[in-house]
Amino acid sequence: MSALKELYQQVILDHNKTPRNFRKMEDATRSVDGYNPLCGDHYTVYVKLDGERIADVSFQGAGCAISKASASVMTSLVKSKTVEEVEELFGQFHRLVKGEIEGEEEVERLGKLAAFAGVSEFPARVKCASLAWHTLHTALKSEEKTISTE
Amino acid sequence: MTSSDTGTLTEQFRKLVTIAGCRHHFPLLRQYVNGKPLVYFDNAATSQKPQAVIDAMMRYYEEENSNIHRGVHSLSERATQSYEGVRHKVRAFLNAGDHREIVFVRGTTEAINLVAHCYGRAFVREGDEILISGMEHHSNIVPWQILCEERNAKLRVIPITDAGELDMDVYPSLLTERTRIVAVTHVSNALGTVNPIGEVIRQAHARGIPVLVDGAQAVPHMHVDVQELDCDFYAFSAHKMFGPTGVGVLYGKRRWLEAMPPYQGGGDMIKSVTFEKTTYNDVPYKFEAGTPNIGGGIGLGAALDYLHELNMDAIRQFEDELLAYATEQILTVPGVRIIGTAREKAGVLSFVMEGIHPHDIGTILDVEGVAIRTGHHCAQPVMQRFGIPATARASFAFYNTKEEVDAFIKALSKVREVLG
Repeated sequence: MSALKELYQQVILDHNKTPRNFRKMEDATRSVDGYNPLCGDHYTVYVKLDGERIADVSFQGAGCAISKASASVMTSLVKSKTVEEVEELFGQFHRLVKGEIEGEEEVERLGKLAAFAGVSEFPARVKCASLAWHTLHTALKSEEKTISTE
Repeated sequence: MTSSDTGTLTEQFRKLVTIAGCRHHFPLLRQYVNGKPLVYFDNAATSQKPQAVIDAMMRYYEEENSNIHRGVHSLSERATQSYEGVRHKVRAFLNAGDHREIVFVRGTTEAINLVAHCYGRAFVREGDEILISGMEHHSNIVPWQILCEERNAKLRVIPITDAGELDMDVYPSLLTERTRIVAVTHVSNALGTVNPIGEVIRQAHARGIPVLVDGAQAVPHMHVDVQELDCDFYAFSAHKMFGPTGVGVLYGKRRWLEAMPPYQGGGDMIKSVTFEKTTYNDVPYKFEAGTPNIGGGIGLGAALDYLHELNMDAIRQFEDELLAYATEQILTVPGVRIIGTAREKAGVLSFVMEGIHPHDIGTILDVEGVAIRTGHHCAQPVMQRFGIPATARASFAFYNTKEEVDAFIKALSKVREVLG
């Protein structure tokens, strides 16, 4: 049960039940659809850019508790950050869910993201946790309109 | 009751007892996963293999391995006989009229692709129609879409009802002068529905239209007689019926196989080759280019022997009881809704839990040692039909038990505990 409790932490359950920034954005600079074709998870991430800075970000779609909570936490963290800062955060998140960040202190330093540390014990769920982040990354870095985890 | 009735009943009882006791033939099932005894409820994805199948394949590689249909040496002759012997076993298993109607392929997917490719090339023209159903696996959708695109033909779909049954009221109106083939599944992998395939075939034949049946989810659970069904093609995979992966069967009526062009070109599918002209081999070899999965074929043969011993009718009866028990039990879990409530079902219990995504159910059950499938089950149109992104699916085989169903239900009740 302890690995499960690590995975489904209160932060994750809360963001799953009441996702933040869960809305369509009519005046988005970019919107990208992210799919996990293996399980059917699907989110649209909307970004409004003010130069290099994220003025607003939101998402919509359906998926499991891990993917939805991850999208919700992500949107609440990246607002008003620069593209470069977001990329840095994405890198840290990726290392975290892959289990590449060692030591409690290092993990705690990630703040709200630390709630996703338990994902590394469930390799099948890494894609769930990363889907929204990959989608946001695509929205910031390329011209693609849709991405897929496969 | 006559004495022969009593005899049949006793025999039936004996078979049921045999089935309940055969779990120990499957070595993989004797293990703990995450510290809990494994409950393997993902049989619709792939089944486990009895020791007899594992042994047969090992024996082939240890004692008989050589290429077939070629060597003059004894080993090649023995391997050829073993492999071709399986063709006769498959014929008997399906009650086909002729062993030349049995084509070995990689699996159901390749069998359907073969028909779409070869039958399609020979018989489908611009403006023609292909009729499938709304509950098909992607492997019985996409090959036909590719064909339709290539030929400028039209893909039409038999709708399914809220219970997950084929809408047989609409079906006749979809059989038109332009329909070139009907391709439907015998048993739905996502819903468990057993389709009235005999009636589907009868109505299509009344209009001179051939029918392909995707039997992947049917052959592990019930007796199939292709002559009685009168289907034109029947496809299945070995790995879903206790055999190895990478080998499957396409049954095709001989007149169709004869009329179809070859599938792939290569060795074994030819009689003679010159740069000017190649003469193709007879059926079924015309469709079997290259060295096949010989070891896999031998494994399939062992699986057929194993099932023959157990008797398919007894398996069906045993599994029907298990499915009924699981259905009854799962409805005691708050918030559970069963997807697929057809009158006749086999082996599959698909469900959703209010407010909880199937993936989260799958992870929590796995921690309890219970293996189920979650997702769209390669049947996205079915999910769209029911307005859900995915389901959780428990699927059964004859080696599963009521005690396992109890463990599954207990694990399911933990889902809300974890997710609140």
